[in-house]
Amino acid sequence: MSENTTLGDKLAAVFGDALLSTTTDYDFQVFEFHKSALRNVVIHLKEQEGFNYLTTLCGSHFPDAEKEREFCMMYQLHNFSSNERIRLKTFMSREDLMLETICDIYDAANWMEREAYDFFGFTFSGHPNMKRILNMEEMNYFPLRKEYPLEDMSRDDKDDTFFGR
Amino acid sequence: MSNIILDPKHEPPGLKGEGFFATKLSDVVGLARKNSLWPLPFATSCCGIEFMATMASTYDLARFGSERMSFSPRQADMLMVMGTISKKLAPVLRQVYEQMAEPKWVLCMGACASSGGIFDTYSVLQGIDRIIPVDVYIPGCPPRPEQVLDGVLKIQELAQNESFRRRDSPEYKMRMSEYGI
Repeated sequence: MSENTTLGDKLAAVFGDALLSTTTDYDFQVFEFHKSALRNVVIHLKEQEGFNYLTTLCGSHFPDAEKEREFCMMYQLHNFSSNERIRLKTFMSREDLMLETICDIYDAANWMEREAYDFFGFTFSGHPNMKRILNMEEMNYFPLRKEYPLEDMSRDDKDDTFFGR
Repeated sequence: MSNIILDPKHEPPGLKGEGFFATKLSDVVGLARKNSLWPLPFATSCCGIEFMATMASTYDLARFGSERMSFSPRQADMLMVMGTISKKLAPVLRQVYEQMAEPKWVLCMGACASSGGIFDTYSVLQGIDRIIPVDVYIPGCPPRPEQVLDGVLKIQELAQNESFRRRDSPEYKMRMSEYGI
């Protein structure tokens, strides 16, 4: 493999069809992977490509997208020695929000995966402590899913005529 | 040593003579309680910063007998809730209130503690009066230290004029049972 091969080419060579697309958004290289390959991709990037730092990971919800692309999980990795930063994305349907944990690869993922569970309902197999982190434990829904209102639902003093709704 | 001159309007009604003053015990207790309220500051956000200004030398809450902040609920009379209370924190606040010994009063400072304020959202308690009874609300976002002093004086009025054993009154019992305390 020559020195000039791009990261996208290298990943395509290793993971083949699991790499679904390579784009550049806002000066970030974005790689979309099939969900089942993601954990191996992260291991590969850390051990072979020097991405030694997990900047963040988070979930997102696209209620208007087609069913298979309704939920997205995004990982942002940083290579300290080459100062290169990339994003990994994977899309999934509402019925299939199970991913493999990466908190044994990056310790930082532990709380962030709990946060993704707390707000969107993603679950991570192999996570040592998969429970809510920021919201109260009695909460019975995932508040950042778009079907739920952002407002507090327990209030009865808001008359619509005064709020222009 | 100069003589201490009491403002007559602070004096409870009673019988006065040379070297003695006779009045009701409840009035004396009210007077003592009023001027020695020990606050428990429960400060969670910017209202807490304003409260610090209230405590500091310019406004000096100590002038009103609240010199000592009590950071143990067991030795506090006045719970001052200042700032946004998230739903996750609500059981903690309630436990702090339950741990306070009678007589106790609650001062609710600022829009967030009183009503949720601008945080009309799934994670924020929409007013602490959903979990504990409140005696005095201070409006503002955040209120000025003068308003906090005014609120403390309102609590002092309650402490002075309420019955000696407020907790025995049917109204108080009813209010507590509403909150399940």
